[in-house]
Amino acid sequence: MPINYFLILSAFLFCAGAYGVVARRNSVLVLMSVELMLNAVNINLVAFSTGLHDVAGQVFALFVITIAAAEVGIGLAIVLLIFRNLRSPDLDRVEQLKG
Amino acid sequence: MWAQQVAFWIIAVAMGLSAIGVVRSRNVVHAALFLVVVLAGSAAIYILLLAEFVAWVQVLVYIGAIVVLFLFGIMLTRAPMRDDAGKLDNDQRLASGVVSLFLFGVLTVFLIDAFSDQKIRFTDSLVAQGSARAVGSDIFHQYVIPFEVVSMLLLAALVGAVVLARRD
Repeated sequence: MPINYFLILSAFLFCAGAYGVVARRNSVLVLMSVELMLNAVNINLVAFSTGLHDVAGQVFALFVITIAAAEVGIGLAIVLLIFRNLRSPDLDRVEQLKG
Repeated sequence: MWAQQVAFWIIAVAMGLSAIGVVRSRNVVHAALFLVVVLAGSAAIYILLLAEFVAWVQVLVYIGAIVVLFLFGIMLTRAPMRDDAGKLDNDQRLASGVVSLFLFGVLTVFLIDAFSDQKIRFTDSLVAQGSARAVGSDIFHQYVIPFEVVSMLLLAALVGAVVLARRD
């Protein structure tokens, strides 16, 4: 089976995630798009792990899954903070860098 | 081989359409459910690639934990549950669509150029390579220091999330 199938599927997911990060206004949806991009990276890692007969790619995919979980936890805490301070989860209302 | 191709195309089409659903849906809860389809599809892709342990970790951590966190986030930010056009996207839709299509085109051209002669040969040793025994033994022999660093990172993320979300 050509390894390109998996790589192009992963590239598609990555580009969809990149579109979502830029075009979405709701912060929870931006976090979901970031998950989409991380997932695309995981598919690449596992595809090369199987293609090159080396288990290291799967180990790194596990690390990426762990870090994605940590990132969502912190990200949703920040989203809640934004919502509490601005009464809205929209990211384009976050425009002050100095309190 | 033939069955694998058919399975791949079914999973890939479902994942692609659901990924578009995640970034284009006008309903936040629908976007989260589309994300579930994408994550389950990539677990199926891992099974197809004989990475059994990663597939089950994907199901447990992503679909079991992260999607639940997202649904909690949607509820706590009181996102509109009904369809709400225009409110969820900003006005950069056209530009970011052009940029991501361009990125996809460039990536596809380069991937076809670089990897079109490489094929995945599925052998019996690959089944053992994807098992929990092989992956775990590799983590605890070769990658034990990154493993400890990741566990410290998880602890720091836990403390940080509590500090950020605490109300006082």
